[in-house]
Amino acid sequence: MPPATGGGLAESELRSRRGRCGPQAARAAGRDVATEAAARSPKRPARGSQRFEAAGRWALLALVTLLSFATRFHRLAEPRHICWDETHFGKMGSYYINRTFFFDVHPPLGKMLIGLAGYLSGYDGTFLFQKPGDKYEHHSYMGMRGFCAFLGSWLVPFAYLTVLDLSKSLSAALLTAALLTFDTGCLTLSQYILLDPILMFFIMAAMLSMVKYNSCANRPFSAPWWFWLSLTGVSLAGALGVKFVGLFIILQVGLNTIADLWHLFGDLSLSLVTVGKHLTARVLCLIVLPLALYTATFAVHFMVLSKSGPGDGFFSSAFQARLSGNNLHNASIPEHLAYGSVITVKNLRMAIGYLHSHRHLYPEGIGARQQQVTTYLHKDYNNLWIIKKHNTNSDPLDPSFPVEFVRHGDIIRLEHKETSRNLHSHYHEAPLTRKHYQVTGYGINGTGDSNDFWRIEVVNRKFGNRIKVLRSRIRLIHLVTGCVLGSSGKVLPKWGWEQLEVTCTPYLKETLNSIWNVEDHINPKLPNISLNVLQPSFPEILLESHMVMIRGNSGLKPKDNEFTSKPWHWPINYQGLRFSGINDTDFRVYLLGNPVVWWLNLLSIALYLLSGSIIAIAIQRGAQLPAEVAGLSQVLLRGGGQVLLGWTLHYFPFFLMGRVLYFHHYFPAMLFSSMLTGILWDTLLRLCAWGLASWPLARGIHVVGILSLLLGAAYSFYLFHPLAYGMVGPLAQDPQSPMAGLRWLDSWDF
Amino acid sequence: MWGFLKRPIVVTADINLSLVALTGMGLLSRLWRLTYPPAVVFDEVYYGQYISFYMKRIFFLDDSGPPFGHMVLALGGYLGGFDGHFLWNRIGAEYSSNVPVWSLRLLPALAGALSVPMAYQIVLELHFSHCAAMGAALLMLIENALITQSRLMLLESVLIFFNLLAVLSYLKFFNCQKHSPFSLSWWFWLTLTGVACSCAVGIKYMGMFTYVLMLAVAAVHAWHLIGDQTLSNVCVFCHLLARAVALLVIPVVLYLLFFYVHLILLFRSGPHDQIMSSAFQASLEGGLARITQGQPLEVAFGSQVTLRNVFGKPVPCWLHSHQDTYPMIYENGRGSSHQQQVTCYPFKDVNNWWIVKDPGRHQLVVSSPPRPVRHGDMVQLVHGMTTRSLNTHDVAAPLSPHSQEVSCYIDYNISMPAQNLWRLVSKAAARLSGAHLPDWGYRQLEIVGEKLSRGYHESMVWNVEEHRYGASQEQRERERELHSPAQVDVSRNLSFMARFLELQWKMLVLRSDDSEHKYSSSPLEWVTLDTNIAYWLHPRTSAQIHLLGNIVIWISGSLALAIYALLSLWYLLRQRRNVHDLPQDAWLRWVLAGALCAGGWAVNYLPFFLMEKTLFLYHYLPALTFQILLLPVVLQHISDHLCRSQLQRSVFSALVVAWYSSACHVSHTLRPLTYGDKSLSPHELKALRWKDSWDILIRKH
Repeated sequence: MPPATGGGLAESELRSRRGRCGPQAARAAGRDVATEAAARSPKRPARGSQRFEAAGRWALLALVTLLSFATRFHRLAEPRHICWDETHFGKMGSYYINRTFFFDVHPPLGKMLIGLAGYLSGYDGTFLFQKPGDKYEHHSYMGMRGFCAFLGSWLVPFAYLTVLDLSKSLSAALLTAALLTFDTGCLTLSQYILLDPILMFFIMAAMLSMVKYNSCANRPFSAPWWFWLSLTGVSLAGALGVKFVGLFIILQVGLNTIADLWHLFGDLSLSLVTVGKHLTARVLCLIVLPLALYTATFAVHFMVLSKSGPGDGFFSSAFQARLSGNNLHNASIPEHLAYGSVITVKNLRMAIGYLHSHRHLYPEGIGARQQQVTTYLHKDYNNLWIIKKHNTNSDPLDPSFPVEFVRHGDIIRLEHKETSRNLHSHYHEAPLTRKHYQVTGYGINGTGDSNDFWRIEVVNRKFGNRIKVLRSRIRLIHLVTGCVLGSSGKVLPKWGWEQLEVTCTPYLKETLNSIWNVEDHINPKLPNISLNVLQPSFPEILLESHMVMIRGNSGLKPKDNEFTSKPWHWPINYQGLRFSGINDTDFRVYLLGNPVVWWLNLLSIALYLLSGSIIAIAIQRGAQLPAEVAGLSQVLLRGGGQVLLGWTLHYFPFFLMGRVLYFHHYFPAMLFSSMLTGILWDTLLRLCAWGLASWPLARGIHVVGILSLLLGAAYSFYLFHPLAYGMVGPLAQDPQSPMAGLRWLDSWDF
Repeated sequence: MWGFLKRPIVVTADINLSLVALTGMGLLSRLWRLTYPPAVVFDEVYYGQYISFYMKRIFFLDDSGPPFGHMVLALGGYLGGFDGHFLWNRIGAEYSSNVPVWSLRLLPALAGALSVPMAYQIVLELHFSHCAAMGAALLMLIENALITQSRLMLLESVLIFFNLLAVLSYLKFFNCQKHSPFSLSWWFWLTLTGVACSCAVGIKYMGMFTYVLMLAVAAVHAWHLIGDQTLSNVCVFCHLLARAVALLVIPVVLYLLFFYVHLILLFRSGPHDQIMSSAFQASLEGGLARITQGQPLEVAFGSQVTLRNVFGKPVPCWLHSHQDTYPMIYENGRGSSHQQQVTCYPFKDVNNWWIVKDPGRHQLVVSSPPRPVRHGDMVQLVHGMTTRSLNTHDVAAPLSPHSQEVSCYIDYNISMPAQNLWRLVSKAAARLSGAHLPDWGYRQLEIVGEKLSRGYHESMVWNVEEHRYGASQEQRERERELHSPAQVDVSRNLSFMARFLELQWKMLVLRSDDSEHKYSSSPLEWVTLDTNIAYWLHPRTSAQIHLLGNIVIWISGSLALAIYALLSLWYLLRQRRNVHDLPQDAWLRWVLAGALCAGGWAVNYLPFFLMEKTLFLYHYLPALTFQILLLPVVLQHISDHLCRSQLQRSVFSALVVAWYSSACHVSHTLRPLTYGDKSLSPHELKALRWKDSWDILIRKH
């Protein structure tokens, strides 16, 4: 797109505005600011109030910060029981303190920080965090909550500074800060042991430092420039390290950097070498540094969690061998598979688990009514199978028989140890994947029929080879139908205990779903050999844990008939989340945005699109804007555009996600939306004031407008604060309730 | 005035013989032996059933796309006088003599044939040379996958036709814009763009991708127009308005029109009725209309009703109760209330009848005048055959312990209050199709009472299907009344918009089972043609039809795309440093060609990575056509701007000719798999399996 005709003027104006460079540079560039302020309102005495104004700015910032901390730390200890997802993240914090290995779909940084905060504040990791509502009793939980609230409190000053830098207007920044301080949703989300305050802290930190380094553009390679650039990188690593949602802010910084480089590249006064330097600096600070930090968090994660724990089964056999306490750690097991061995069979695809069966039958109407066969991620006695010859039922462990090894291409039978039923398949459709065959447990005491016979094959081996425990990748081919045993990875409904479906697939495509390895192996007739399981290298562990996390994330599918939150619910504040308590006798906390703030945000987005396009069209038509209007338009288009992009990137991708979504996923986008509101209203009111300049009270419009918005936000907070700080007494439907009359939407249930 | 007498009347006709020749060759390649094979080939089995429905005028619902595509195919059947009597049940079944195979396959084949000259024109309108345009058309002509797909009763070739038509007419319009805006041809091409886009969307939702591309290109051009300060404001406004009408309003209206015709054509009830709401079914002839005719419109206290669950999954069913009670103790040891069972029953039964009772009164008949039940009224539902009222209480449901059990209350003389008041929630007076009773969840034909309604879910909505006013006081009489069929009277009709919205909504939300298919593939396999689809195998010989592309064209198309991207980046960077390699007009041509061809490829290909449905190779064909258009553009650009001397240019031309001959050769070699007319020996078939991933069928004797 060719630059707009009005752009030249605005560009130069913006340039002159890029005088300040963060707090350090503020003193140096103070003169510029003052002269600029003077230029804006020539009536104001310039030099005398310079000091005073700088002090005022600092005081205002301090006030905003203080208010934010005060609201976040007020009644932090209440309620004295587990709220909502504290049960997960508190538990994971404990795992770090106890150093037991676990699995979670999010990267480790957030939980590590929670664990660290708990450790430093004297929490010993003994609380079980079993379910929401459990009392903390004597356990020290305030350290963890306090840490989250501390990070959550910084969101407001960060937003304040970001808007201040983008709009150069104190009132816009104040408005944004007020919206966020008085939003009950942000407040609630910051008060508990959750990942969200940590995530939002890093997102906002990245945004702030990006804006700051943008404003240092006229002094490249200076100390503050380097500082903000590398701080951006550090924050990006932090955001990604807490949740994968951090990818969105990375995308935003990436887009901004590309635009920035493109701009520099087109600047013919810069030599190619200089442009190269710019490029290298950004690659170093925004790619290399975050990657290194991100990898480092994983290194720490694996180092700290060295004991076997509940997450073992999600990972491959080789991975488990690292964990002390796991049976594969320094394992000593027979090396080659023989008839009579008791084994567990693990799918090679990550996060599928062990071949499993249990006494429950497939329900009526779903294939044959025989015993269920599934895969299960946890270690369990029902994962044990005995490998037998297909044609004899004699006990191969009888000492009079010689040991006979299982070889590639042998026809075998797998008997489930606990129930003595054989692994079986037949021409019935599988429960979920209709084109595959059902796999069941069949027969009594190991006597079944010819549908129990499987040919065992080692992938990429010739006939006659023995089968190695852990190393060999095997396939089980059903003799009668010719299909391959595999797991579809789909979760069975409630009758299958939400374990994963096992099928026999007639399509012989080679996928990891149908390849297995033998993990545990018990055979008293064979000598135990200390098996040096291939210790995986760090990059392999890293890759594997990412694969498991991605699979885990996409596995979080909404179940049938479950009420799920839809992305379109979020900006309209359609429904909240119950953090604590249901009945009228409980202490209830309900995560819900302050409706006044949220609906104002929604309105502002629409208004922004409208006013933004009017201004853009006017500029494109070549309208000659007066200097002041041109400056304000630039703030609206550039500053507003920047945060609108942030909102878009943090909101719309959720429409494409298949996983279960919750209301709190919207909060990062909400931060951007509030910043947009601040910039928009300030600019619009200034434009109004300018348009009515002939009227004597014109300046008042701006002041009154901003003040009424501030007071409106504060008053609505006064009304809705019990949502965050806790309510007791009758529910809101009841006219007796203190919250009666505030249930503006029927979908809110508090 | 009398000038025509003074001068001879002359008609000058410019006939572009190459265009005629291309059309001729296109027709020849697509129409040759069109009736062969005289058997159902691949997805014909799928589309065929819908054609039969059209012929028999039976209502159906297909979630794969809007109805225009099916209607185009059905038009072929109509022209050929097809009566719809053919059992479309398996691939390879021989067509019976009443199936007009030729005319059924004619329209897709024509669309495929006309794509060839259109490719020629598009490249010409992009201001590239006649040679390049010929190249594009000839590549389209010999692309095996396009030939296969056009020669069968399938929709991709029609979709490609409309995609290309949209691009072509937009280009014509754009070129008119420069010298004669608002002329007749300007209007014609602008409107045609909108119409073609709408048709493309009407055939498959995939057409949306091209539509979005055209909108984006038009928006960029409109933005330049806004910036053109030689035009007056009014003029700019007129330009924008014309574009908005042609590219936004016309497509929407046309899209609605497709549905209108669809619903006019299909007025008989059919196998998919159950998916639709009762009101919709009532508008079809011979379906529910029979039942609901003459039903009183408003549910009143004392009405006898059947209640159907709106969710309709896993099967549509009616609220039902019968004499039997819940077992005292379930297998897992939980206790029940031992009251009368309430279930959801998928068959019509006399036990589905319920009576709406006013909790304040004792009578079970409709008073006169009837007192209609209103939104929010408290009602009791009394089971017609057993006169027990519907009840829920704090006892866990049989299969879903987290929900409450629903039962029919039997007074066991235990002190338990009858919690059998239900609140009726619907927008206005409850009426046929409007009576929504929430507070109930529903799972596996088990009725449960949700303690708190946590939002709105379809499975909690019930709808009064059959309805009559009860008149009998005595239980005996009432039973007789329930057994008698409902009376017949006038029928009611839903408005078109209501029917359209319901049908469109059901089409979008209906999820057919995501099953994997033997020939399904992933988008990554398409670019390098790592997969194929076996369409048909002769029942006796090894003659077979495959969807298999011309690998030379596919690979070079992808290469051209990569070259285009790299060259563009290079030029952009150089321009940024103020080095202009290309003259301005060449650069603009290059950009526009890229926006349409490379952009067309991207929008028709990349979205598939986000889709979770089962994908097939034929989904790539629209993207492939855009790639084919880009190929000659890149070649000409290389020859014009990158070959520095005449010698280089000649060598390059020779290379292009050699490359094209090899493409022809590949096309010829694969011809037996494209047309399926020649039975190859196993040895020859093996020789054709150039990639291990290709699945070519070899008979074992």
